[in-house]
Amino acid sequence: MIWTTFKLAVRQLSRNLVRTALTSLGVLIGVAAVIAMVSIGEGARRAINDDLAAIGQNLLFVVPGSGQGPGRGVGKPFAERDLVAIAEEVEGVRAVAPSDSVSGVAVFEENTFTTTLTGSTNAYLDAMAWGLSEGRRFEEGELLAGSDVCVLGQTVVEELFGEASPLDAVVRVDDLTCSVVGVLEAKGQNSFGQDQDNLLLIPARTFQRRLRGHRDVALMIVSAYDGVDSARVQADIESLMRQRRHIREGAEDDFTVRDMAEVLSMLDGVASVLTGFLAAVAAVSLLVGGIGIMNIMLVSVTERTREIGIRLSIGALARDVLLQFLMESMVLSTLGGVLGIGLGLVVAWGASVALEIPLLVSPLTVLAAFTFSGLIGVVFGFFPARRAARMRPIDALRHE
Amino acid sequence: MSALVELRGVTRIYGEGEARVAALDGIDLDVNPGDFLALMGPSGSGKSTCLNVVGTLDEPTEGSYRFRGVEVTELSANQRALLRRNYLGFVFQGYNLLPRTTALENVELPLIYRGLPARERVERAMHALDEVGLAHRAHHAPNELSGGQQQRVAMARALVSDPELVLADEPTGNLDTARSHGIMELLASLNRDKGITVLMVTHEEEMADYAHAILRFRDGCIVGRDERNAP
Repeated sequence: MIWTTFKLAVRQLSRNLVRTALTSLGVLIGVAAVIAMVSIGEGARRAINDDLAAIGQNLLFVVPGSGQGPGRGVGKPFAERDLVAIAEEVEGVRAVAPSDSVSGVAVFEENTFTTTLTGSTNAYLDAMAWGLSEGRRFEEGELLAGSDVCVLGQTVVEELFGEASPLDAVVRVDDLTCSVVGVLEAKGQNSFGQDQDNLLLIPARTFQRRLRGHRDVALMIVSAYDGVDSARVQADIESLMRQRRHIREGAEDDFTVRDMAEVLSMLDGVASVLTGFLAAVAAVSLLVGGIGIMNIMLVSVTERTREIGIRLSIGALARDVLLQFLMESMVLSTLGGVLGIGLGLVVAWGASVALEIPLLVSPLTVLAAFTFSGLIGVVFGFFPARRAARMRPIDALRHE
Repeated sequence: MSALVELRGVTRIYGEGEARVAALDGIDLDVNPGDFLALMGPSGSGKSTCLNVVGTLDEPTEGSYRFRGVEVTELSANQRALLRRNYLGFVFQGYNLLPRTTALENVELPLIYRGLPARERVERAMHALDEVGLAHRAHHAPNELSGGQQQRVAMARALVSDPELVLADEPTGNLDTARSHGIMELLASLNRDKGITVLMVTHEEEMADYAHAILRFRDGCIVGRDERNAP
């Protein structure tokens, strides 16, 4: 009986293909939107989590000043001995690197490229778990003397040298010239969309001497060993720094320790809220699609009143008529659902290519979208179908 | 012999207040198994309403209707639908075939609702079409058939489920005389050879002559009964 009803519904709907297509379109767009939004959202979250894994779970940033945003308290900068203190006194620390950056235009022969000039030490590479694709790190002597040497990020190499090897070439950045000793491995974009490979690394001493004129440390990057509790390391750094900076008990910190993992997991939270919000908006369009189906089914029931009368007179029960119309609306909405899943996947794929995020389609989402589209047919088809089923045979037969 | 249909004081009122019309005004009617009755009368005399009440398409406002001894007015809509499914067959003036659906499929319909397997449905539907002489047109849609042929398909649909009672509402109303006689002969043979009880509304005395008796309707009442051909 169900199969017969299904065939009948397919046949009925195939008689007016334009109407069927337009009616399904609402659900199609709704389902496509839900699938695309959820997939893109999941992809973005995966990208964030990949970054999280790439920078290491246990990366802490120590900056002077308290709080965040406008009105944030200023604090005196750190010194080189703070780096040593943290490395020696805090347990579980792998590397402590100073970091200071300015924006500058790098020049090699005819080529120029705007990049970030960062002054640090080899500890920076340890902290970021960043290997070299070519050349070598800084030598101890270069670090101590503040020599004019640099290590380039991949993007800078590509922009200035193209295919050629940059080793031993001399690059000028504003007033500074340095000879290239190494090239970093490519890292790609981070979850904020920044190109991490657009970087020109020079020894911290060189940076201080040539650009700052003092020996302050603007930022300390601390990485802890895997499996070490970063919250504990954070607390240890805080108490060590309070002690070193002579902050009285009860007084506020004049520095901040930021856990990158925390920042990223916050970003992850934002992404998942955003995904939920977009999916909810998409679900509204699904609702509108359902109302479209209800509308057309009501029209269809009115148009076919006479047919309903004939069916009732030759032995159809009210529930047979109900099932017939319910089946039609379900076929309509699942048709929209199936096509919508297809379109949603195409959109999600396009977005994953354009945004450079992984394509993540959970079978559960697809299954849920399919089930939900069928459910829409039942819910929005019920009222028209019940109207058909409740007709009195004589009234239906007399309908012109 | 107990009556197949027993109407007692059946009244059917349409409208309210000024527009109130008694289409049936307390009629009594017995239809025995094997009867072939013609219902005649001017427009609005209640003959069609009577047929619809007997066919459970319409419900009496008052009175008692027993079908095979069962009080129909006490049945639910569902039970009335089952009664139509199992005991009744309808033939309408306007044929009432489903458009864009082949003759065979139209005839199959009552069997679908009876839940018969497809194979048996087609077999019985083809047999019914054969009985009305239209087996060769089985795969044509109604708009490819003449009026007479359409009415024959409708008759095949009525008899495919072996009904006890066939209700025909002006079955020849849209047909010329030659085709009308063809339909009437078919109805008469169903009655004669299969023992199917027939209740028919008609305007034409010529067609009513095929019946065993003619019931005369006027203003919602049965005002006379003319015996014609004894069964």
